[in-house]
Amino acid sequence: MTTTLSAAEPAAPPRQNPGPARRGRRQTALSRRTLLLFGGPFVVLFLAMYIAPIVYATVSSFYVVKRSGLGLTAPTKEFDPLHNFAQAFGDHDFLAGLGRVGLFAVVQVPLMLGVALGLALLIDAKSARGKGLFRLGAFLPYAIPGVSAALVWSFMYSADSSPINHLLEPLGIQIPFFSSGSVLWSVANIVTWSWTGYNMIIIYSALQTIPGEVLEAARMDGASALRIAWHIKIPAVRSSLVLTAVFSIIGSAQLFNEPTVLQPISSGSISSTFTPIMSAQAAVAAGNYHYAAAQSVILAVAVGVLSFVFFKLTNRSENA
Amino acid sequence: MSAAVTRASSTAGAKGGTKAGAKRDTTATSRGVVLAVLLISTAYFLFPLWWLLVSVTKPFGRQFSGSGLWFDGFGLFDNLSRLTAQNDGIFWRWMLNSVLYCGVGALVGTLLSAMAGYLLAKYEFRGKGLLFGTVLAAVLVPKILFTLPLYLMFSGVGLINNPLAVLLPSVVSPFGVYLARIFAAQSVPDEVIEAGRLDGAGEFRIFRTIGVPMMLPALVTIFLFQFVDIWNNYLLPAMVLGDDELQPVTVGLVGWNASHGVAVPAPLVVIGSLISVIPLIIAFVALQRFWRAGMTAGAVK
Repeated sequence: MTTTLSAAEPAAPPRQNPGPARRGRRQTALSRRTLLLFGGPFVVLFLAMYIAPIVYATVSSFYVVKRSGLGLTAPTKEFDPLHNFAQAFGDHDFLAGLGRVGLFAVVQVPLMLGVALGLALLIDAKSARGKGLFRLGAFLPYAIPGVSAALVWSFMYSADSSPINHLLEPLGIQIPFFSSGSVLWSVANIVTWSWTGYNMIIIYSALQTIPGEVLEAARMDGASALRIAWHIKIPAVRSSLVLTAVFSIIGSAQLFNEPTVLQPISSGSISSTFTPIMSAQAAVAAGNYHYAAAQSVILAVAVGVLSFVFFKLTNRSENA
Repeated sequence: MSAAVTRASSTAGAKGGTKAGAKRDTTATSRGVVLAVLLISTAYFLFPLWWLLVSVTKPFGRQFSGSGLWFDGFGLFDNLSRLTAQNDGIFWRWMLNSVLYCGVGALVGTLLSAMAGYLLAKYEFRGKGLLFGTVLAAVLVPKILFTLPLYLMFSGVGLINNPLAVLLPSVVSPFGVYLARIFAAQSVPDEVIEAGRLDGAGEFRIFRTIGVPMMLPALVTIFLFQFVDIWNNYLLPAMVLGDDELQPVTVGLVGWNASHGVAVPAPLVVIGSLISVIPLIIAFVALQRFWRAGMTAGAVK
């Protein structure tokens, strides 16, 4: 790993490379004081800001607040571990949100990664000129914060200002960005715009680690650029594709910013429960935190299982 | 052109030898096709930004008229003064808040990540595997899921409307620790640490005077990624900061936008959106070298 990293990483001077010596061989045991000094601050904050919220949300999801009919007595909190989960699995809006995000991931993630892979291969191709500029151009949207990107695209979509529809007007075409059938894809376009370049850079970096001799040998054998891409380059960036896919699936599960920004101008096609996170948000706004916690737990478990299964599946076919 | 080739080959390392011959064995047709596809995709990535730039220079109120893709009169300075005048200049207050939250959060976060990553890469101790495993697992949990419970916990301890409620979660970056560990293992040789010990330096002093300078490019990457991460986090500040004066610029702009152009004219949202992305674009263009190195390390495992 050390050698592949330094090959693609111009920032580290080569003389610092410790060579094939395995990391950890010469590591020393250290005093408790040093351990606390280096790791203490991070661990304390990590426990407080990551572990505690997970425990808190999980425990909360097992409780239900019971109010008396007239609201004259104080509400009581009761332990009823299945209540909120049963409610969530019977909640049409929440399930619809889960389904919507699932559909989004199934369509948007492969599409985005396909485009990212295609762009990386094109920029890596021998025929490409101006590589640096194209790389930066594709990556620039990542520097636009998610909420700002959504704001900018809301102007691209809105009936009053859309420069896209303005351009298409002479052709007699108007894209209904906010119709109930297309609004999910309008959101998908914003996510694709924001993240394709980021994923492209990761895949491109992996392409740079393919040894030149391998490519040269393939060319000597008369392999076409397409064959080289298919048989050498794509298999070589496989682990990068898996990594970007997992991060993209996690990203889809947290879909919130883009639909929330578009919601006020969507004339109702984006509901307050459009995605699972929005649904949990709505539950908090309605004062039902325990229900929101249960929804969050369901989503987290679903994402965890999906990522795990995805890793397993891609690993197995790699070994076969 | 030759400069670009040299640069590409120095980045590519082993690949360099073959790149030099590139010019000769590509045909004009393949160059043309590749260029055309790249130009189309770049147009897609840049046109919303181009629209934003053009709109901001148009006279106030004409932001949504015309094709949107070409200049039409000049009103940049008037637009800026209107932005400044709106709600007593609160926009600049939001910008300052964003820069402070992101700057302080990323700085402290980078330091914590560097120390924890260095610890994981360079020392042996009980519970090391457990710590690293937990950190890795945390990278995979959607961050937005922590927001609701954090909000409840902060309400419990009275931290609502306090900048600490944004800063405290921001300084913890499992991904930063992961990157720091990779970089520490790769760029700080054990021999140098041992030499420092022989000279009688303490562990922290070795980290500060030897480790940190060697990890510096990596630390810049971690800082940048965390800066963007905090800037991007909308839900947390939106929930824990009710007070206008304390909000970061993203929360403020979305609030303006939600007024449907009634309380705040819509063109101001356009102008504010452009100003708000300038710091990040500058940071990315200036630090290109670093983030590309950082992403490589994260990707090539």
